Amino acid sequence: MKLELRGITKRFGTLVANDNINLVVKPGEIHSLLGENGAGKSTLMNVLYGLYAADGGEILLDDVVQNFKGPGDAMAAGIGMVHQHFMLIPVFTVAENVVLGNEPTSALGVLNLDEARKRVREISDRFGFDIDPDALVEDLPVGSQQRVEIIKALARNAKVLVLDEPTAVLTPQETDELMGIMRDLAKAGTSIVFITHKLREVQAVADRITVIRLGAVVGEAKPTDSAGSLATLMVGREVDLNVHKSKVSLGSSGLRVSGLTVVGDRHTKVVDDVSFDVRGGEILAIAGVQGNGQTELAEALVGLRTPSAGSIHLGELDITHSSVREVIDAGVGYIPEDRKKDGLVGDFTVAENFMLNKSYAPPFAKGISIDFANRDRLSDELISDFDVRTPGRETLAKQLSGGNQQKVVVARELSRDLSLLIASQPTRGVDVGSIEFIHEQIVATRDAGKPVVIISTELDEVTALADRIAVMYRGRIIGIVDGKESREKLGKMMAGVAV
Amino acid sequence: MSTVAASTQFQSAEAPRTFKAAIVMGVFALVVFVAFGVFGKPDNVTFQWSKPDDVIHIPDFIVGSSLVGLAIGAILILIAAIVAVNASRRRRNPQWISLIFGFFAIIALLAWLAAGNAVPFAFILGNAIVLAVPIALGAMGGIMSERVGVVNIAIEGQLLTGAFLAAVVGSLTDSLLLGLVAAMVGAALLSMVLAAFAIKYLVDQIIVGVVLNVLVLGVTNFLYSQWLANDGERSNFPGTFDITPIPFLSDIPIIGPALFENRLTTYLAFIIIPVLWFFLFKTKLGLRARAVGEHPLAADTVGINVARTRFWWVTLGGVVAGLGGAALTIGSVGAFGRGMSGGQGFIALAVVILGRWHPFYAAAAALLFGFSIILRVWANQVSPGIPTDFITMVPYLVTLIAVVGFVGRVRAPAADGQPYIKG
Repeated sequence: MKLELRGITKRFGTLVANDNINLVVKPGEIHSLLGENGAGKSTLMNVLYGLYAADGGEILLDDVVQNFKGPGDAMAAGIGMVHQHFMLIPVFTVAENVVLGNEPTSALGVLNLDEARKRVREISDRFGFDIDPDALVEDLPVGSQQRVEIIKALARNAKVLVLDEPTAVLTPQETDELMGIMRDLAKAGTSIVFITHKLREVQAVADRITVIRLGAVVGEAKPTDSAGSLATLMVGREVDLNVHKSKVSLGSSGLRVSGLTVVGDRHTKVVDDVSFDVRGGEILAIAGVQGNGQTELAEALVGLRTPSAGSIHLGELDITHSSVREVIDAGVGYIPEDRKKDGLVGDFTVAENFMLNKSYAPPFAKGISIDFANRDRLSDELISDFDVRTPGRETLAKQLSGGNQQKVVVARELSRDLSLLIASQPTRGVDVGSIEFIHEQIVATRDAGKPVVIISTELDEVTALADRIAVMYRGRIIGIVDGKESREKLGKMMAGVAV
Repeated sequence: MSTVAASTQFQSAEAPRTFKAAIVMGVFALVVFVAFGVFGKPDNVTFQWSKPDDVIHIPDFIVGSSLVGLAIGAILILIAAIVAVNASRRRRNPQWISLIFGFFAIIALLAWLAAGNAVPFAFILGNAIVLAVPIALGAMGGIMSERVGVVNIAIEGQLLTGAFLAAVVGSLTDSLLLGLVAAMVGAALLSMVLAAFAIKYLVDQIIVGVVLNVLVLGVTNFLYSQWLANDGERSNFPGTFDITPIPFLSDIPIIGPALFENRLTTYLAFIIIPVLWFFLFKTKLGLRARAVGEHPLAADTVGINVARTRFWWVTLGGVVAGLGGAALTIGSVGAFGRGMSGGQGFIALAVVILGRWHPFYAAAAALLFGFSIILRVWANQVSPGIPTDFITMVPYLVTLIAVVGFVGRVRAPAADGQPYIKG
């Protein structure tokens, strides 16, 4: 089916998220929509899917103008969507999720689950998905959940399949498998819109590329174009994709973790007998697919979780059972993985967010009161030093873009005299300009002789920054390798193959 | 790619070693053994399984009260020990163990209370069911609302509305069926107000619910004192539905009379509870409703109208709760009294949670509360010396044990109480 978008415009208040966007996707084509976080890709697709009403423009399928009032209309017309955040009910089975909204029934609206299972098996077998129709979705790993989403779309006879950042949660191997599935689907005649910000994937699988920047189409590109030129088109200026690190002589004392075990919310060992050392002047990256215990490891390191066994030493200091404040006072900087949930208070001003972890001590506090003069002076310094693009220190944190919010967190954590930096997903959902800046800051911390631990699911980030890489799988560290290790080997390790 | 379940994703599950249940059960078991057994009453107690005029008559069972205390106390100590051993071996205790424990504990209590007297099973069970009906129906209304993601604090108000309208309309029109319909319609309208404010105008659901409760209490109090109190003969004297025994079924020993010699309102509850279960878990509409309560955005993306689904389920929940209100007046005492729901709507709210948003479990929980009410009345008759407040407390302590057994395994619909704002 041929999909055409003509002059789509969507505004949120004064923000123009989509500005007169034109796009043509031919039948059986894999068309990549390339753009940075916040460029307006997802908004465009939500307009296409009927979740948002467009302020202007029209959608055509096989040259017929469509008028979608909701996702139901879009689906009926043959559009399927795999959302970035899966639209699955965790407590339902695969079969129930697949047929939801389109249920096979016998008399009186009684669910016919046999028919539902049959539909799942049919599609699952056709594409070799290996999905059990009776499994509860919450028990499935994310890669399988994504396949359930694809089955869900195909079960509704989707002729145009939109995949919104589908590789964010996958291992490199799973990503390769997904690309194989995309090619199979395209061969079978399905048109695919592949939304991503990852150049490597675009080059690997796309037939054609449309690049979006700040809500507008800035050009078309071919998958054979170089990564550098694609990045320039996407960001709007020359981008240096490499991180520059100087050689640093390793210090002696750093972070020493031995036999660390953390029991998680479900009474399983989410961190299982983990040991590693990080010396001053070194970046250790903890790589792995999301949900393999990295979050809990980071939280245990900073005192947010109590380990059930093992020890954490910072130099000579035992911080295994220290409170969060003791850990902060020991000089540990922590950039949490979810800035909106754990990094910032959205309804606080930028200045208030700067003082969150030191609100009780000078320079922010004077006795029991806030030292406003000092705080404001420091805030202005941090805003300029860390290039936080904000109208001022009194702006609410939630009004900043993702990249600038992250810079507020980074500024707060790096502005102290650190003895250790722990950065969890430091550039998730951040624009390329901010990524460059934050990476520079992390490397600068290392160059200053501090031990640094970064936890990242982005293999590109891991290989760009790390001196050494520890791969986590099911709560264990499956191996620690050199920072220059090949992607293939890292990918295998992330899938649990010890090398 | 593997399809290993996430629950087995990490190294062997380490079940927590918790002795909570064992300790609570142990204390109860000792209390029963010592207080009802060792220091119990020597008089005989008569367990009356059936009434003398029943078709199938089971002979009474007569036994010493303290003997029952000793025997059951020993059984309870044994159960507590089993639970403790399981806990120390990190093994899960099955849920039915706490139910059995509670059942035996209650038998022991009955035997102690009725020393030198009789325990009329059919009477206690029958009344417990009748008293449980308004709570159970209120809870069904609550389940229907919360399953689609709207917290319904206003069950109390809906019961009161139903009770009032059933009595007044039934009395004025001289038709109990019209009264029943009026109760359902009135409570449904109240639900619509809740639904409109919560779904369309995104007002905090708890606040709307509380306001509705206060409003209904005020309005019915006002109307009662200004109108019904002076004009009771005409407008507050509806009578009650007849007690209609169901042939054959009502002749079953012990449970027959309790279950199958009831009024229309009770029979309706018997029908509504399984029907609701069937709709929720076996039909297309139920699947959609639960989807809306778990993940409204996901439901929206497959073309389910979230607002409409929520609106109608909440409204129909009001119909059911209104029926529960009618059971208070024309299904029981036959007249409306000031604030006569007396907090049963709030108990229904607790029953929804205790019953894990499931019609059958909630019905069982409601029965427990019905039992606690009749126990107070009956205990006062057979053992006037014992403070009734203490007796009233016992079923709640039993509930406590049940909750200890269930703790951590209760999960509300994920989007319960959260408004859905469309982009």
